[in-house]
Order: sequence, then C-alpha cells, then structure tokens
Amino acid sequence: MIVHVKWSALKQSRWYEYVLRFVLGGLATALAGAIAEFFGPETGGLFLAFPAIFCASATLIEKHERERKQKLGLSGGRRGKEAAALDAAGAGVGSIGLAAFGLGVWCLAPTLAYGSLALGAVAWLLVSVFLWHLRRRVRFY
Amino acid sequence: MEYLIRFLAGGLVVSAFAVLGDVLRPKSFAGLFGAAPSVALATLSLALWKEGGDYVSVQARSMILGSLALALYSGVVCQLLMRFRWSALGATTTAILLWLVLALVSKRLLMG
Repeated sequence: MIVHVKWSALKQSRWYEYVLRFVLGGLATALAGAIAEFFGPETGGLFLAFPAIFCASATLIEKHERERKQKLGLSGGRRGKEAAALDAAGAGVGSIGLAAFGLGVWCLAPTLAYGSLALGAVAWLLVSVFLWHLRRRVRFY
Repeated sequence: MEYLIRFLAGGLVVSAFAVLGDVLRPKSFAGLFGAAPSVALATLSLALWKEGGDYVSVQARSMILGSLALALYSGVVCQLLMRFRWSALGATTTAILLWLVLALVSKRLLMG
C-alpha cells in the first residue's frame, strides 16, 4: 500500500478536537520548559518525549473509527481499538526516529545551533520512514 | 510571558503534526506522527535562543532515554488495546505511569 493523503479525514474532526490538541500541545511544551527550569535540563529533556498528545490522538482515532462503523449499522468497538492500536504501533516506530532526532541534536547543537534542529528533524523522518518500510517488508516475506 | 510563548509555539507545532497524522494513510504510517518531535522542536528552539547550544545538547541527550521509554510505552498500549481490549483512553493514560518509571529510572541509572 502506497502512502497517500486523505483530505476527507479532516471532516471527521470537530473544531473542539483541534482546540483540545492545541491546548494539550501547548501545556506539554510549557510543562517541559517548567521541569527543565526547576529540575535541570537532564530531567527536562526526558519530557520532550512525554506521550501527552498521544493519549488525545489515540482516543480521537478510536472514536472516529467507531462512529464511522456505527453509521454503517455496526458496533465499531473492535474496529476503533484496532485503529488506535495501529496508531500506537506507528508511534512505537516513530519513537526510534525520535531517539535519532535526540542523538543528532545532542551531537550537533553546540556547533550548529538551529541547524541541529533541522538536521535532527530530517533524521527523525528518515529513520521513522525506513523502519516503517522495513517492518512492512518483514511482515510480508 | 515566556510560558505563554512556549504554550503558543507548542500548540501550533503539535497541531501541525497532528493534522498531518490525520490526513496521511495508511494508519500505521500516520502513527509515526504520534512520535513526531513537535514538543521538542518548540522547546529546544526557545532553549537555544535563551540558553545556547550546550544546554540544548544536554536536554537532547536525556530525550533519547525519553524516546526509548516512549517506544516501550507504545508497545504496551498496543498490547492493552489488542489483547486485553482496553479503551484507548484507559490504555494510553494508564501506561503513562510505565513511561514515567522507565524514563526516570533509566536516567537515574545512566546519568545519575
């Protein structure tokens, strides 16, 4: 299956769901800053990978998938959990990419400053996509 | 004021990655964006401006441990959903305790 964009998925989300993710993202960022300030950068750094947003995303995915199935007259409970589990599996792969981001910024930030964030983001994308692709190939063969 | 800037920057970056995760298919690929460096990009950009590269480097080193804890967290959430049929909200919030323990203990063991 080829990666593609499904714009109609945006219609499934309601306005308050966007607000919820904006607020959670803002709070997680403010929290990470506060922890770094009070407990030091070593402890604060851990919270740059805190799964606060993931809770909201997985819950919304389960809800959307369940509602989609309910419109077809099915319960949708099982399908909702499966969709959320698939999202969690993807996040698991993405977190290895996130570690690659951290590694890149750890090594390059003292010399490249903002360039280290850009390179780290590229590393996240490349490692995540590579591992996702590898996982699919291993499953098929 | 500084926390308001953090809040707005974090909210914007997280929302942008979340929208990408909404529209991309298949779902396992979209899930990659659940572990996007959204909070990290907002936080480290501000930290670079305020504290400099050495401070950011220390934060990024710890972030590697947080990311590995997130990988285990995601695996546990996946199992709670598929094997034990927990709800997404129940599984993701309960497993946060595991993330906290893994992240803090690994930092304690490896960094003191």
